[in-house]
Amino acid sequence: MNTVKLAAVFGENKPGHLARLTAALADAKANIRWITIATSEKIGVIKILVDKHEPACHALREHGFTVSQLEVLAVDVPDRPGGLHAVAEVLSKHGINLENASGFVTSTHRRAVLLFETKDPETAAHVLKKSGLHLFSQEEILTI
Amino acid sequence: MKTNYWDREVETMKRRALERLQLERLRQTLARVARRVPFYQQKFAELGFQPGALKSLADLRRLPFTTTADLRAAYPAGLLAVKRNQTLRLHTSSGTTGKPKAIFFSRRDVNNAADLIARCLVATGATRDDVLQNMMTYGLFTGALVMHYGAEKVGLLVIPAGPGNSEKQLLLMEDFRSTLIHTTPSYALYFADFLDKKGIDPRRHLALKKAYIGAEPYTEETRRKIETALGVEVYNSYGLSEMNGPGVAFECEAKGGMHLWEDHFLMEIVDPRTGEPVPEGQPGELVLTTLCREAMPILRYRTRDITSIIREPCACGRTHRRIKRITGRADDMLIVRGVNIYPQQIERVLMGIPEVGRNYLIVLEGLDDMLVKVELSEASFDGQVEHLVHLQTHIAERLRAEILTRPRVELAAPGSLPVSEGKAKRVIDKRSL
Repeated sequence: MNTVKLAAVFGENKPGHLARLTAALADAKANIRWITIATSEKIGVIKILVDKHEPACHALREHGFTVSQLEVLAVDVPDRPGGLHAVAEVLSKHGINLENASGFVTSTHRRAVLLFETKDPETAAHVLKKSGLHLFSQEEILTI
Repeated sequence: MKTNYWDREVETMKRRALERLQLERLRQTLARVARRVPFYQQKFAELGFQPGALKSLADLRRLPFTTTADLRAAYPAGLLAVKRNQTLRLHTSSGTTGKPKAIFFSRRDVNNAADLIARCLVATGATRDDVLQNMMTYGLFTGALVMHYGAEKVGLLVIPAGPGNSEKQLLLMEDFRSTLIHTTPSYALYFADFLDKKGIDPRRHLALKKAYIGAEPYTEETRRKIETALGVEVYNSYGLSEMNGPGVAFECEAKGGMHLWEDHFLMEIVDPRTGEPVPEGQPGELVLTTLCREAMPILRYRTRDITSIIREPCACGRTHRRIKRITGRADDMLIVRGVNIYPQQIERVLMGIPEVGRNYLIVLEGLDDMLVKVELSEASFDGQVEHLVHLQTHIAERLRAEILTRPRVELAAPGSLPVSEGKAKRVIDKRSL
């Protein structure tokens, strides 16, 4: 099963926190490909996809951040009307719920990506593949 | 249960003989202060108390209390009962506000304090084969020096490491195979965290067996946390500078409360508001009278520490009664929205929740609001913000069940809250009352 590794970082929602994180990543020469920040009042979780996953996690821990690793699914979505619908329909048909999903489009390659977490990634991956949809691997997602 | 004693005769003395000894020593102490200490002369005169009229230990109630304020007022040498050139050592007790309290020791006092520590260490099973890494602050604070002298008396190797500098502590532990440590609960937890971050398993890499933990009140949950994290048996230690420092009361191998050395200290438990004695076994403020102090005897000292006496005899055979873990300081009691709260209640709840890390801070702010900042444990972070929110709610609910008011709970990153090397400051009061 192709999955994509994200680093999830615990954060107190206060000024300067993100800057310390990005400084640590810049020091480690890690390039951020995707980022999302979820907050609830004073706390938050920053999730990032970087080109050098292990060194980046290490650098963040060295800088005192609390880091957890997540494996998520990244679906290759056709960049055209109805593209995302095709994916959503497959998931809906199999009763699969998305959690913390987000999407982006790469203009250079005319492709779109839907990143999502779900309780049962095995099943989700299986049904998507059976429906002819492609899941990006870690290597692939870094090259698109 | 096979028990080792440092001073079997005294430690297992029959209660009646012990009480006779206490009465005799109390009389000597009263005679000494009546002769030499103007502070007590004046107090006795005010109460119309004749030291020679003391008939039994029950008459103790007729004696005046000595308070922290009295010791501050007597600073620097107002309570001295010997000539200055008979004093051998000075300690002061950290005053967070105003003047400190000065405590003088004569040669006999230094020796007695060391002797009590020797009893404590042997009671935990320590022998001369042990190596004690003394991680308390050396200096004006009694914690390290009094322990140091007592440990030397037992004949074990003492490493005067002092506090802080975890890298150095670790190096000493590795190179000299320290088996015992003496430290505060907050530093023990901090150090455990430090080892964890370095990926060092103390059970495999270090020779630690026992930790003597004192100087700050802590809970059974914290004890278990330290025991698990460092792979040691934790023995609770109670003392205060006004009463020599450590070695006033200490746990034996049974770990079921601290034997208070009653041939040196007369203990009472009183209601902190009225000063009236509470029935034995009931919680209240510990009041101590020194029975052997030469340089600076103190009568009925209001320790402000809340505890209770355990009446049942201990399996170890020692006849000196035990006190329970200090559950709070009369001075530490917080009043939030009209509810009386001891910070230890909060600690007990927090340390019983596995997702909680090793440090916390209570902030009182606004009109009368309580915020509890809680470090998350490294292992429990799974990257899901909703789990964090749920945990905050769970902690707030658990706290509400204990302290009857619902505080705001804020999670903080592991290791992000301030750690003190001396006594931990867990409460910050910013209220605009």
